[in-house]
Amino acid sequence: MTTQPPTYQLLNQQQEGATLVFSGDWIQGQHPPGFVAAQADLGGVHPTRLIADGASLSKWDSVLMAFLLQCHDYCKVENIPFNVRNMPNGIEQLLAVASAVDAHQPAAESTPSWLSSLDPRHLLREVADHFRESLAFSGEVTIALARLARGKANTRFRDFRDFCFQAGPHAFGIISLTSVLVGMILGYLGAVQLKQFGAEVYVANLVVIGMLREMGVLMTAVVMAGRTGAAYAAQLGTMQTNEEIDAITTMGISPVEFLVLPRMLALIVIMPLLTIYADLLGIVGGGIVAGGMGITPVQYIIQGQTALSFTHVAVGLLKALVFATLIAIAGCRAGINSGRSSAAVGQAATNAVVTAIVYLIVADAAINILFQQLHL
Amino acid sequence: MTDTNTDKPEIEVRDVTLAYGESVIQSNLSFNINRGDIFVIMGGSGCGKSTLLKHMLGLIPLSSGDILYSGTSFIRASEQQQGAMRQRWGITYQSGGLFSAMTLAENITLPLELYTRYTAAEIADIVAYKLALVGLAGYQSYYPSEISGGMQKRAALARAIALDPEILFFDEPSAGLDPISSRLLDELIVQIKESMGATVVMVTHELPSIFAIANNSVYLDNISRTMIAYGNPKDLREHSDQAVVRQFLTRSAAAVIEDKP
Repeated sequence: MTTQPPTYQLLNQQQEGATLVFSGDWIQGQHPPGFVAAQADLGGVHPTRLIADGASLSKWDSVLMAFLLQCHDYCKVENIPFNVRNMPNGIEQLLAVASAVDAHQPAAESTPSWLSSLDPRHLLREVADHFRESLAFSGEVTIALARLARGKANTRFRDFRDFCFQAGPHAFGIISLTSVLVGMILGYLGAVQLKQFGAEVYVANLVVIGMLREMGVLMTAVVMAGRTGAAYAAQLGTMQTNEEIDAITTMGISPVEFLVLPRMLALIVIMPLLTIYADLLGIVGGGIVAGGMGITPVQYIIQGQTALSFTHVAVGLLKALVFATLIAIAGCRAGINSGRSSAAVGQAATNAVVTAIVYLIVADAAINILFQQLHL
Repeated sequence: MTDTNTDKPEIEVRDVTLAYGESVIQSNLSFNINRGDIFVIMGGSGCGKSTLLKHMLGLIPLSSGDILYSGTSFIRASEQQQGAMRQRWGITYQSGGLFSAMTLAENITLPLELYTRYTAAEIADIVAYKLALVGLAGYQSYYPSEISGGMQKRAALARAIALDPEILFFDEPSAGLDPISSRLLDELIVQIKESMGATVVMVTHELPSIFAIANNSVYLDNISRTMIAYGNPKDLREHSDQAVVRQFLTRSAAAVIEDKP
């Protein structure tokens, strides 16, 4: 059977009103005329009633139904009767079902243009909102910590232990790789410059101080923000979607005590340990580069020892504690405040990582300036 | 909507065994679903109803047996053939399965864009029509999370019928709905099914739904781990030789419904 082009004809009889006669194949791929054209025709006629006639229609699918539904809606707006006749089986029934419920009128929302998102006031408001939210969350965490200190918090040790395991041993591989490489990068950077003064051996000082005070802890924190912080946001966001957080709240348990504290404390315990591990491997990495420059391992170790001091180690560990808290807060805050859809969980994870890294850099700079002023 | 093998049953399930690894959930399942049937898969919680449906949809591979659609084996079909067969299906999932990152209109547009030759303007009109069919006209720009559970179920139905399917699969369509919404959804399913001439396969244990709309059914028992009844549920309620089935359908307290993990 050959296909006939789908079309309609508008017949206007004064008494009977207008009749739309459909013919041809109203199916996909045939591209039948849209209702906009028909509406223009009807507008010129001003019929008293409208009849859709399907006597010469051969094939049809949803595209015809969509057309008929628009006819029905048009007649409703114009307040004239609409009928179908000679239509294939099912059409009348489908039309009855489709028109049974009036269309919902969504509340008119003014969609802001994308330019307004660049408005400095808008940006400022966003930053202020974020700041307020983070402050409120930190406050809740502080209260929960106080309750924990008095032994009243609903924090389970088992959760804490599991999170320690997830954050710590599972991160060894990636921490090993990044810290050895960062140590080597520091080594190269120093060696090339120091060679000009014939002072290659001081590469050991540079690597030891650089790793202990700065790079070891910062690289560990960046890895943990991407690995653990994002995981926390995704876990808590999914729990929010599943109404698990609602369930916890209605059981009379504080979600911050039950969900946030074990994660945060685990990170606070694990981060300093990972930092020490990263420092050691970084120094080994620097040693490999130094070896390539003709410095013997013994020379490297003895020279490195002269740079080693308790202050450097302590500064690194202090940063580790601060960074751990910030990563956990950024991750858990994003998760707890996540929306209830899969897209929102993804946003929460992104948000967690971005915020954590901004926090890290700002905190690192602040701590460095502080210690500079204190001559430490 | 043309059919080739009109004399063949729409779906034939032949000697199917359902198993997760070593543990057999159901075995020796054989039944036919005829064109135009509203077929219900029933049984107590954990008997493998949803698992059977997932096998029929090819989401879980069969451990043995065969499933034929219009006389063609789905199991032995190539991936391409399976894809073509799947385009004749519309499916709603237990928890909706709507894409939460997309609006209702985008949810319904996706299959139309992928599998049809409609133009963008036609698709927009068809989306409006499909939403009107399920009573959600005007909700195009809403996200699934912004509408109620009952509306989500209906939106999922709108997406399932986007491609004018010949077979509609429902996994617990009325779970979590109040009795009135549940009845309205049943009526909607019947109306849509009748006017589109589709076959409906439904997993449910809602007795009112079963009696209101089903004309054929299979009962999966979780003690003997096979089907113990097959036929119109109204007949089974009165005349089944299996006490368990009569008790299930009359909601007797004595019904042995054992939960399995």
